[in-house]
Amino acid sequence: MSDADEPMADPSHELADQDRPAAAEAPPLAGRIPRATGRTVPDAPEEIVINVADVAIYYGSFCAVGGLTVQFGRREITALIGPSGCGKSTALRAFNRMNDLIPGARLTGSVSYRGQDLYGPRVDPITVRRRIGMVFQKPNPFPKSIYDNVAYGPRVTGMKVPNMDDVVEEALTSAALWDEVKDKLRQHAFGLSGGQQQRLCIARTIAVRPDVVLMDEPCSALDPISTAKIEYMMTELADEYTIIIVTHNMQQAARISDRTAFFTTEVDDATGRRSGLMVEFDRTAKIFSTPSDQRTEDYISGKFG
Amino acid sequence: MTAEVEPPGRSVEYQIETVRGSIRDATFRLAMFFSIGVAIAALGTLLVQVFVDALPRLNLDLLTQFPASLPALAGARSAIIGSIWVIGATALFTIPLGVAAAIYMEVFADPRRWYNRMIEVNIQNLAAVPSIVYGILGLGLLARAAHLGQTVLTAALTLTLLVLPVVIIVSREAMRAIPSSIRDASLALGATEQQTVWRHTLPLAVPGIATGIILALSRAIGEAAPLLLLGGLAYVTFTPTGLDSRFTVLPIQIFNWVSRPQEEFRTLAAAAIVVLLALLLVMNSIAILIRNHYRRTW
Repeated sequence: MSDADEPMADPSHELADQDRPAAAEAPPLAGRIPRATGRTVPDAPEEIVINVADVAIYYGSFCAVGGLTVQFGRREITALIGPSGCGKSTALRAFNRMNDLIPGARLTGSVSYRGQDLYGPRVDPITVRRRIGMVFQKPNPFPKSIYDNVAYGPRVTGMKVPNMDDVVEEALTSAALWDEVKDKLRQHAFGLSGGQQQRLCIARTIAVRPDVVLMDEPCSALDPISTAKIEYMMTELADEYTIIIVTHNMQQAARISDRTAFFTTEVDDATGRRSGLMVEFDRTAKIFSTPSDQRTEDYISGKFG
Repeated sequence: MTAEVEPPGRSVEYQIETVRGSIRDATFRLAMFFSIGVAIAALGTLLVQVFVDALPRLNLDLLTQFPASLPALAGARSAIIGSIWVIGATALFTIPLGVAAAIYMEVFADPRRWYNRMIEVNIQNLAAVPSIVYGILGLGLLARAAHLGQTVLTAALTLTLLVLPVVIIVSREAMRAIPSSIRDASLALGATEQQTVWRHTLPLAVPGIATGIILALSRAIGEAAPLLLLGGLAYVTFTPTGLDSRFTVLPIQIFNWVSRPQEEFRTLAAAAIVVLLALLLVMNSIAILIRNHYRRTW
């Protein structure tokens, strides 16, 4: 963990730790909204980690989503919201090149990660995914033990770790799962509840110490209590990580995110096909109070979607 | 209590009791049961017939003696050992080739490329090619052109070609049954495709692949046609010593004995069929054991 080139080895890291509430070991349940309490979000991100400029993503000749211009700031939570089929998940998968796995997917425009073109010819998608991790909609632990799930990333990426037990404990603690599983690390991950499995997947993702964590509707398969735990954990993680979350749940976006990008669907008059479009990107408080686009207003006020 | 007022459930439009549905259901079930009955009865008759025929010769001599011109002295030793040699060698060639090809098709091949689509269609077609055609191929290409002769190696390579398409298809099916979320999770953590294949795809597909391979080999062990073309050696009084040995196998031996005029040889053939069935049963049991041992739920 002492590698100097790790993005986490930032002097501000310690400061973030002190900000952590004392009650961190007992995650509070529904009702508590840590992110919303007295936090001022600057007009623009102070330190841009991923800069997306005029991006459109195609499957073959079909444009799945277009008009993407967003800046993801360090230690911020950015929510991507919008109705089904608006391309928000497609957009998310473009930020760590998971779309490469879909035959025929391509992208126009520019996505840069800390000043480097994410789609540059010399960029290895494997390295990208180490820096920019991803949590999926449905909990997808490996059919292995809890311990091996968390240790998988560090093992396959050849991370130099002095003691794997520490890495596992640290990741599980950050994912607010350690206390529940510390006595059964060798048990099969499938024995955990859905909410615990999803937190295990988050622990597995942060065990490789990424810079950015992408979350694709991480709570949509979970009950409200598990959702509250994960939301609280995300706000904790935001002290260290840049988090981008896709969500169907507007209240969730309002509760935890600093900024929000709103997507909608548009029907192409010529082909009749429905494709996604990013409408608006702003501070969450502004999107949910005084959005500048009528379509955003209609969606958040419940007129459609 | 007035007679005019019916309880609400009694009027015809709300009636839920009916006999017509259950009769139709029972008829359907009976028809299904009859269909499976036909299959089982045919198989049962065949098995009983063979066992009754084989009974006089089901003894140790069958396993320990070599073929001889006197039926009382003859046994199937060289055919049994020959079958095991040929199938062992076939497995040795088939497993790595078939699994590797399946990995290429399932993990790495871009299905939009014309050559990958062509390979896919051709593998499916090859699986349907009659085995005698593979025999001609083995004879012309391997035995003669490649000068491998009528050896265990030629037979094993011919059978490899015969079962390879099936092995590739079932291995692909087994890999496709693994949820893509596992692969996504592995790749999203920064693992390479190769690491993902070795650590997840292959281990999780083992039950399906193993079952498919053993069933394919079961088919191969019963094949007589392609090996008959290769040389049709029936009177072999030695066991193979290596891949370059000449050989015979059980189906050829059975074919040969059945075509003799003497009744005793027919009995011998029935006994050899029982041995072949026993071999098949052992192989299929192994397939079931492997499948149960590695069975997983998602």
